[in-house]
Amino acid sequence: MKNKLIVFFLCAIGLLALPLLMQASGLGAGWVRILALSLLYVLLALGLNIVVGYAGLLDLGFVAFYAVGAYMYALLASPHLYETFPWIAQMLPNGMHTPIWVVIPLAAVLAGLAGLLLGTPVLKLRGDYLAIVTLGFGEIIRVFLNNLEHPVNITNGPRGLDRIDPMTIGPQGDPWLNFGRPFEIAGYTIPSVTMYYYLFLALVVVSVIICHRLETSRIGRAWMAIREDEIAAKAMGINTRNMKLLAFGMGATFGGVSGSMFAAFQGFVSPESFSLMESVMIVAMVVLGGLGHLPGVILGAVLLAALPEVLRYAAGPLQQMTDGRLDAAILRQLLIALAMISIMLLRPRGLWPSPEHGKAAPAPTPLPKPTP
Amino acid sequence: MDIFLQQIINGLVLGSMYALVALGYTMVYGIIGLINFAHGEVLMVGALTSWTVVTFLAEAGLPGWLMMLLSVICAIVVCSILNFTIEKAAYRPLRGAPRLAPLITAMGMSLLLQTLAMIIWKPNPKPYPLLLPTDPIEVGGAVISVTQCLILGLTVVMLASLMYLVNRTKLGRAMRATAENPRVAALMGVRPDVVISATFIIGAALAAVAGVMWAANYGTVQHAMGFMPGLKAFIAAVLGGIGNLAGAVVGGLLLGLVEAIGAGYLGQLTGGVLGSHYADVFAFVALILVLTLRPQGLLGERVADRA
Repeated sequence: MKNKLIVFFLCAIGLLALPLLMQASGLGAGWVRILALSLLYVLLALGLNIVVGYAGLLDLGFVAFYAVGAYMYALLASPHLYETFPWIAQMLPNGMHTPIWVVIPLAAVLAGLAGLLLGTPVLKLRGDYLAIVTLGFGEIIRVFLNNLEHPVNITNGPRGLDRIDPMTIGPQGDPWLNFGRPFEIAGYTIPSVTMYYYLFLALVVVSVIICHRLETSRIGRAWMAIREDEIAAKAMGINTRNMKLLAFGMGATFGGVSGSMFAAFQGFVSPESFSLMESVMIVAMVVLGGLGHLPGVILGAVLLAALPEVLRYAAGPLQQMTDGRLDAAILRQLLIALAMISIMLLRPRGLWPSPEHGKAAPAPTPLPKPTP
Repeated sequence: MDIFLQQIINGLVLGSMYALVALGYTMVYGIIGLINFAHGEVLMVGALTSWTVVTFLAEAGLPGWLMMLLSVICAIVVCSILNFTIEKAAYRPLRGAPRLAPLITAMGMSLLLQTLAMIIWKPNPKPYPLLLPTDPIEVGGAVISVTQCLILGLTVVMLASLMYLVNRTKLGRAMRATAENPRVAALMGVRPDVVISATFIIGAALAAVAGVMWAANYGTVQHAMGFMPGLKAFIAAVLGGIGNLAGAVVGGLLLGLVEAIGAGYLGQLTGGVLGSHYADVFAFVALILVLTLRPQGLLGERVADRA
């Protein structure tokens, strides 16, 4: 117990000091930015882990909820809406600047509702349909984001929304904490990126606690029972449809919150950020790390989120060698694809699987094992 | 009136291409219960292979139809080998694994094929040469090109031969038996592995033909071209009742018609509020409607839940 506590404190201090060390060592704000983005991906992966890892429902359109959260914040915190609609400008002469205490619950609720809306027609069907419908939903959201600029300009189409406020805590106009500006404490300046890093870190810690409590709760056990054998779970008196819907909605809320953070962090959103590739990457994170195991999921998310940046250094010479065919983006896509396939074939429980996962009776084999 | 006829023709042409791809989905799904996400990518590989062959032969001075025939044959061979290999390397070891595993592998495979195509053929869209005469044929006020005629004709021929294969030959009987119950089929002397390989090869051949037709009809090829047709074809298969061959064709044609007519008239109907950009949305709305109202599909009997 004592050892655990020491490890815990060391980890906490390490995570808190990491961006400061990076800055001090001259790696610069670029790396802190990568760290912060990795934390956002951890948040997304934790959300998807509830859907795919705990309840065993493959969601290939998770990025749609991310987009819902991001656009919600972008609309509420950028001048776009009151520039388009004069009546809003009349109502709110100072413009819309939504505080964080409104944004987080609102993003969670909105994305959760979108999840429920989407889940209701398909969740009583087999899991494969869900994969396709969610994939389609992700694409539909993107089509709408791209085209909802006319007849009424809501999303500003492919150009996206810019001039989004940074997150603030405190009263409007004179907040105690503005994440868009450097923060000065005792003569020491903490840049804006690092502030965001701490904000995301706090969110991730809260999410990990929520996920952990869910996992060990009655609900979590019900989800895992559904994942292992839906019919048996039903026979045990679990309302499988409601439980699945709950998992879907819960996962979506994480996506929504993460999206609103993304919008504030970037200060700009456009439909391009919410492509199918992102959804696939989040699935790959969860799968790579270990379905349903929190440390594994976090590991997978950090690995895959930091990967492209590391690849950037390797890709330069490679690009010259291969006549421009292999650049960092392609290489990353290749690695993600290979990771998804090889993990499933060689280590189906992921890099860091949970010790309990798979102890249940093996699934019945629908086909005789192929003869080599 | 002739605009309406034109939209119907366009819809039928689009629908026949969907149908060809949907057949591959539905056969694979019927036998091993897997959504083969990589199927759309097989179409893309077919189209790109054919493009390579056609560009290679461009100097030879062969007549257009011969070049197309040669490129179709090459595409079929390449795609069949590819799909056979995919099944053997990626899906076969996962039979009997929890259902999520092959699904994720299939998704990864789709991404892998797209990336490989991007590396091999480079990511830029390439113009597909016009091989067939381009003079349009007039039918009752609407026009139809030779390529479109060919697409319609080929679909009918391929369907007829597939129906013959599945319903009249020994292999077809083995396929139906394996779909029904692989263990009992194995006891009766059917080798499921061989049947499954054959299914993947046939599906790949159909997708290859569809890919070449797609390229010839739209005039460009690219590494990402397979994704949307693949998705739509899957939706077509679900619309018609997955696992049902006739259903795949009906679903494909229906989806093609809905998209063409919807995209053509939506702008007028809503006074320009919703334009043809929303064509892609129809397919998914149709899918969600069918799944809600009639989950077994239009022609499907009953979705056996092998949970």
